[in-house]
Amino acid sequence: MSEPRPAVPGGPAPLAWRVATVRGVSPASAHARTLVLDVPAWPGHRAGQHVDVRLVAEDGYQAQRSYSIASAPEDTGVSLTVERLDDGEVSPYLTDVLRPGDGLEVRGPIGGYFAWDVVAGGPLLLVGGGSGVVPLLAMLRHRAHAGAAARARVPARLIYSARTLEAVIDRADIERLEGATEVDVVLTLTRETGMEWTGRRGRVDRGLLAEAGWPPSAAPRAFVCGPTPFVEAVATMLVELGHEPRHVRTERFGPTG
Amino acid sequence: MLPEEMRLDGNAAGGALRELFARDVTAGLATCGGCGGARPVGALLDYGTPLGVVLRCPDCDHVMLRLTQVGGWLRVDLSGIAILALPNVPAS
Repeated sequence: MSEPRPAVPGGPAPLAWRVATVRGVSPASAHARTLVLDVPAWPGHRAGQHVDVRLVAEDGYQAQRSYSIASAPEDTGVSLTVERLDDGEVSPYLTDVLRPGDGLEVRGPIGGYFAWDVVAGGPLLLVGGGSGVVPLLAMLRHRAHAGAAARARVPARLIYSARTLEAVIDRADIERLEGATEVDVVLTLTRETGMEWTGRRGRVDRGLLAEAGWPPSAAPRAFVCGPTPFVEAVATMLVELGHEPRHVRTERFGPTG
Repeated sequence: MLPEEMRLDGNAAGGALRELFARDVTAGLATCGGCGGARPVGALLDYGTPLGVVLRCPDCDHVMLRLTQVGGWLRVDLSGIAILALPNVPAS
C-alpha cells in the first residue's frame, strides 16, 4: 500500500494504519526500551511528533496508545522509546514481548503543535518528566544533525526530572549530546535514595526553572512533556515567571506510572 | 486517581482528528464557543474515553469537541468551537 508523499513531512496526507517491522530493540533505562521500526512508505517526521500504536487481540479487542518518536528526522528508521507501566495494557507487550522481525500496527507521524525544527529557532528550553523526555530528545537529536553554526544560533537547555538514576532514559546519549552539541543539561532525581548520586534531587520547582531556564527576556521556545500533573505545574510556573504562554508548548502523557 | 491526572491534551487526539480533517489540526487555533479564548488545538484538554475524544477549553472547561467512532460512523460535535483556524500550509 502506498500513498502520495506529502510535500512536507507530517503535512497533509491520508493517515493509514501500516504494519511496521521491528528492526531492533535495545534497553533505554531499567524500565524502558527502544524499538527501531521500519515503517513502509514512511513520509518522514518532525521532532516532537508521535505515532499511534494499535494492538488487536485474537478476540478482536483493540487497544491503542500514542508514543513519541525518539529518533531525529535525519536518522534511519523510526524509534519509539517505551516505558513499561506495570498495569499497562500496551506497554508491557512493547517492552517485554516484541522481538526483531515482529510486526506492529502504527499510524503517523501525528502532530504539528508539539513539534520543533532548527529553522524555528530558539533558545530552546526543554523540560521533561519521566518518559516525557523522549520527544525532547528527538528535538536535541535533530538539533545535533545541524551544523555547529546553526546550533550556535539555537542554544538549548534540558531540564529532566526522573525518579531514580536507573530510570533515566538514554543517559549515555544525553551525556553525548551535552558534550558534543553544547546542550546544558540539568538532571534532578525525585526518589533516588542511593548515595552515589551527588547531583540534584527533588522536583522541578520555580527556583530551578528560574535558575536553569532562560529568562523571559530571551524569549525561549519552551516544550514541556511528561505526566499530566508535572506538565501543568511546570507550564504554570513558566508563565508565572514571565514567559509568554504562546511560547510554552505542552504535551501530557497522562497519569504517572 | 483524579480525573485531572488522567487527562491528556489535543496532541493525543491528533490521529483521530487527522482521520476527520485529513490534515494536522493540532497546530490550528480553536476559539472557544464558551469564553471566546483562542488556543492551539494541541493545548486543549482531552478527557478521552474508550469511545472517543472530548476536548475541553483549558480556561473555562467548555466542551469544544466530541468525536466518536461507533458502528462504522465517525460522529463529531464541533458546536463548542466558534472558529477553527488552520495554517493553510503545513507548519514548518
